[in-house]
Amino acid sequence: MTTLAAERISAGYGGRRVLVDVDVALESGALVALVGPNGAGKSTLLRCLAGLVRPSGGRVLLDGTDLASLDRGAIARRIAVVPQTFDTLFPFTVREIVSLGRTARLGLLAIPRGADVAAVDRAIDDLDLRDLAPRRVDELSGGERQRAVLAMALAQDGDALLLDEPTAHLDPAHQRATLILIRRLARERRLAALAVLHDLNLAAALCDRIVVMSDGRVAADGAPSGVLDPSTVAAVFGPGLDVATRDGTPYVLPSPPR
Amino acid sequence: MRLPAILGVLAAALVVSLGVGILVGAVAIGPGDVVAALAGGGDRATGTIVRELRLPRVIAAALVGAALAVAGVLLQGLTRNPLADPYVTGSSAGAALGAVIAIAFLGPLAGAVVPLAAFAGALAAVAVVWQLARLGGRTTVLTILLAGIVMTAFAGAAVTLLLVASDRLSLRLRAVLDVLVGAVNIGSPGELTVAAAIVVLGIALALVVGPRIDAYAFGEETAATLGVDTDRVTIVVLASAALLAGAAVALAGLVGFVGLVVPHAVRAVVGAGHRPLVAASALAGAVVLVLADAGARVALAPAELPVGVITGLIGAPFFILLLVRSRRMILV
Repeated sequence: MTTLAAERISAGYGGRRVLVDVDVALESGALVALVGPNGAGKSTLLRCLAGLVRPSGGRVLLDGTDLASLDRGAIARRIAVVPQTFDTLFPFTVREIVSLGRTARLGLLAIPRGADVAAVDRAIDDLDLRDLAPRRVDELSGGERQRAVLAMALAQDGDALLLDEPTAHLDPAHQRATLILIRRLARERRLAALAVLHDLNLAAALCDRIVVMSDGRVAADGAPSGVLDPSTVAAVFGPGLDVATRDGTPYVLPSPPR
Repeated sequence: MRLPAILGVLAAALVVSLGVGILVGAVAIGPGDVVAALAGGGDRATGTIVRELRLPRVIAAALVGAALAVAGVLLQGLTRNPLADPYVTGSSAGAALGAVIAIAFLGPLAGAVVPLAAFAGALAAVAVVWQLARLGGRTTVLTILLAGIVMTAFAGAAVTLLLVASDRLSLRLRAVLDVLVGAVNIGSPGELTVAAAIVVLGIALALVVGPRIDAYAFGEETAATLGVDTDRVTIVVLASAALLAGAAVALAGLVGFVGLVVPHAVRAVVGAGHRPLVAASALAGAVVLVLADAGARVALAPAELPVGVITGLIGAPFFILLLVRSRRMILV
């Protein structure tokens, strides 16, 4: 059981405070959606949890160890991050991209060992990339490339998976498929997973838990049905959104102009 | 084609091109005499020409080509910029300034110090360009090119200042001219030895760090989340590129575009992984420059063209082609 937790963290750039006393805990096997308006601090929170930004106050704890005391290699062996943009300039193959996930486990001379090859094979199989493995990533569709980058993160064999808008460049069917896949992987591989999402309906339908951020603070945190109520949605996202419920799952719909 | 086969073909091509480079020159020497001279026999005049002039010359050309190509691979990989190479980023200009300073103040004593001074100049230039290019938090093709223009202009002005101001420098004008126009010119056996050691070190570092440059495929931040100590890798890559650019400038002056063109051509064959790319680019760059240098010696024989003229005439149109193809990135 892994826990990646932000403990009353604050962060900012220059004089601007982006996060204020944020408490969030991620646990193995669950996919958590991180939602909120633009500028609410979602990406900054993700970057703090990834150890990329050092909080100015509070701590980020990985099973009780302060991330600030770990070097990049040690963090990368535990926490994988799926970047928002995944354009490569150079003609890497899918297998080469997935193999990048092993970077933190290579020795000085970076010669892959059996365990590295096995982890890459497993990630490729898990994401159904076997046929695409020798292909160049820049020749793939957006959805295929997304899977390649996801496989790269899985090959890290970490305990936590952080995804920055994993559905940003995908059509609705692929958005759904991607989130179902991430949730399945979180369960199967016992990953503590967090995805920054813009689409509240995707978050409500396909994630185990939703964390709503507003103005650098956590406005709500819990099961979708408990979090996406009309008053929270109106307070965080502003007017003009109706909340409906179907089979116990809340939906947020834009209300027509009056 | 598999990587070992590609490397084998390139190594064979290098041996052939070295042979061609030794055969070509102002005095016609047959292949049989060349072999005899290399083995230590033959008549004295032929032996002297082959062993003391042409052999060091082709070795120097091979080192320069390998160094420039690998430096290009390193700079392109780190900056994710297909248009980066020692020449375009101003590292070569910085190296030339370092070399000219060494020649100006040490005169005939400069010799083996020139590659080290060129390394220092290249390192300073590459560090400044890196800092300038990162202004605003991210590197783009455009910022690196602009930073390179600034660096080249500054180093050029400083060289001109030294040329005009220093009486001592005028005594060594011929050597300074070689540094500026790009001609393979070996000042002393010591200089060749030092430069060779630097090139071997630079390529070895590039081979070691190659897989970590792969992790920059999605940018510096993702390299960090993959476990790369980005500060350390940046320093190793920039220092290696500076070592290689410095050695190349010390041996052949400002030779443009080899570091740009060769990695591109090689990438199309061996793919994007930086370790195979470094190995194949080193060999391909050596072949290209040995042949270009041989061409420079025969094009207007008995007059000799600086090899930089050949690489410039061929490389500049190629650079424009790349620029046109990558215009989308530049606008971003």
